[in-house]
Amino acid sequence: MAVLIDKSTRLIVQGLTGREGTFHAKAAAAYGTNVVGGVTPGKGGSEHEGFAVFNTVADAVAKTSANASVIFVPPPFAADAIMEAADAGIELIVCITEGIPVLDTMKALAFMKGRPSRLIGPNCPGLITAGQAKAGIIPGHICTEGRVGIVSKSGTLTYEAIHQLTKLGFGQTTCIGIGGDPLIGTSFIDALELFAGDAQTEAVVMIGEIGGSAEQEAAAWIQAHFKKPVVGFIAGQTAPPGRRMGHAGAIISGGKGTADEKMAALSAAGVTVVNSPADIGQAIASRL
Amino acid sequence: MIGTLPRSRSIPRPGHPFGATVHHVQGTPVKIHEYQAKAILARHGVPVPRGEVAFSAEEAGAIARRLGGGVTVVKAQIHAGGRGKGGGVKVVKDAAAAEETAKQILGMTLVTHQTGPEGRKVERLLVEEGVKIAKELYLGLLVDRAAGCPILMASAEGGMDIEEVAESNPDAIKKVAISPVTGLAAFQARQLAFGIGIDPAHVNKAVKVMQAIYETFIATDASMIEINPLIVTEGGDLIALDAKVTFDDNALYKHQEFRDLRDLAEEDPLEIEASKFSLNYIRLDGTIGCMVNGAGLAMATMDIIKLAGGAPANFLDVGGGANAEQIRNAFKILMSDTNVKAVFINIFGGILRCDVLAEGVIAAVKELGVPVPIVIRMEGTNVEQGKAMLRDSGLNFTTADTMGDGADRVVALAR
Repeated sequence: MAVLIDKSTRLIVQGLTGREGTFHAKAAAAYGTNVVGGVTPGKGGSEHEGFAVFNTVADAVAKTSANASVIFVPPPFAADAIMEAADAGIELIVCITEGIPVLDTMKALAFMKGRPSRLIGPNCPGLITAGQAKAGIIPGHICTEGRVGIVSKSGTLTYEAIHQLTKLGFGQTTCIGIGGDPLIGTSFIDALELFAGDAQTEAVVMIGEIGGSAEQEAAAWIQAHFKKPVVGFIAGQTAPPGRRMGHAGAIISGGKGTADEKMAALSAAGVTVVNSPADIGQAIASRL
Repeated sequence: MIGTLPRSRSIPRPGHPFGATVHHVQGTPVKIHEYQAKAILARHGVPVPRGEVAFSAEEAGAIARRLGGGVTVVKAQIHAGGRGKGGGVKVVKDAAAAEETAKQILGMTLVTHQTGPEGRKVERLLVEEGVKIAKELYLGLLVDRAAGCPILMASAEGGMDIEEVAESNPDAIKKVAISPVTGLAAFQARQLAFGIGIDPAHVNKAVKVMQAIYETFIATDASMIEINPLIVTEGGDLIALDAKVTFDDNALYKHQEFRDLRDLAEEDPLEIEASKFSLNYIRLDGTIGCMVNGAGLAMATMDIIKLAGGAPANFLDVGGGANAEQIRNAFKILMSDTNVKAVFINIFGGILRCDVLAEGVIAAVKELGVPVPIVIRMEGTNVEQGKAMLRDSGLNFTTADTMGDGADRVVALAR
């Protein structure tokens, strides 16, 4: 079971021949992911580290029946890469790239409206289904197949949560890094909806951070619709207002988007909110 | 995650765009002053008062005379709001008074609700012609996260903080969502103009101003433009009396010209230094220096230090692909902050291996002779190897098994 990605996923890598693309294509294949090729314009027809290279995503889809793509393309070209993947009918588009101008992401999201593709990210670590397949940079060896889903705005905090769940023997179903940008393709609610429909996922870890109101919206949705236990952590409880804390979206502006607001909303919705990221695993233990 | 293009790099060579190296660094934010924001807005057709920037009282007097020598406004230029309440904005009757007022404001430390108690030293002034105000309005434009598109907001309650209006009288704020395909349509601008009670005789002028603001927003890759107040003059003209433009840091590679607008006097010297090394560093006022990989974990590390009873001296994300050189640079920055009494290194080695991290830390400490206690908590790839290297280095590191344990230890050592 699990969600979004599994052994049957046919993955291509956009930006395959770059340093990052190469490294993570190999890591994904080594984890067991069915990596069916990659795209680098101008290098079509060649082979790179054993992967077939195509000039366009449309070519790659025609030849390999790829249904998922992970994007390792520099920021000025990444929004274009997202649109190319959507245009070629790729179902799951995972954009790892950090630093895409917001107005570029906005256009890519507008382009995707009415198309059946789902975008994860940008500015995210991607996703992994433990023991099956991964698209992105989450290290496979820290995961074990299990019972808990993760949805997170942060990369390394996702790894922390994975590590704790592995150590305590709960394991993971699918871990989804949704990204730290102001505009993203898949929200907390979207991910929770997927987990709601997955029988294997018994509980969910949700990791948010300061900025915006996606966590508050998720809290309202959880209260109304989500029956499984949720453990939440919000990063940035001590962040000063008006400063962008690394992620483009992580900023308290006009007094809004504070960790306190988000933690209060989640608690009120029945989520077990931990103050310390070190307590995520224990909190899951208390709820399962 | 792939970093933004560094400042010194242009877009990768044509023909090899996807094969280019991508560095793990953040763009350096560019904040601008009111006078710079107004110049940009004016270029795109937004009416602003006539005025110029002055760096001395003499210059301020000369500008006031060039403007006609009548009623003049002298405005302190600092990167913070609330300048009027703090005494940084004065209306005077003539050029001589402008020069005298400039003398008082220049060099003063202006404290506002946004500067913190230490305030900001005023080194620049905007000297503008006085205008007769009949009405004060508000316009704000930003990308709305939930809507996924730009939202233009307008209110008849100009001159007030929009957050206050949102609290006290939310119905006074009118909003339209702008399609990325069509841009701001004239009918939407009219809706806002009528919605906030602009005199029908002036509505077309208001539409023009709103469209010019939207054009500025798109052309500059802004993340926010705020005109507060937009005034209607006694003569029926609309003028942006104050203006704030915030850029999208991620888009600065498209706008090399904005880099010259940076005012280094407004930035923290350590943050400027860190930006040269492409380190994502924000200075805070605590005593525990933090070195972390990943923005989320870096924030969480600050939080856990606070929970343990300490206070973080900084936010520092060395990035997912940090190497020995970056760790050395990070130590240099941390040690330049004289408030730092102990350092907490908190790393989850995913792609970055713990042995590589340990090697970098040992080399940096040997070279720089770090004089404060260092607590290291690392987890992930090759963690046992990394811990062994730290133990065998002969250096006095404290290692911690968990984040919570590390935070407790570093807080105790910083006392």
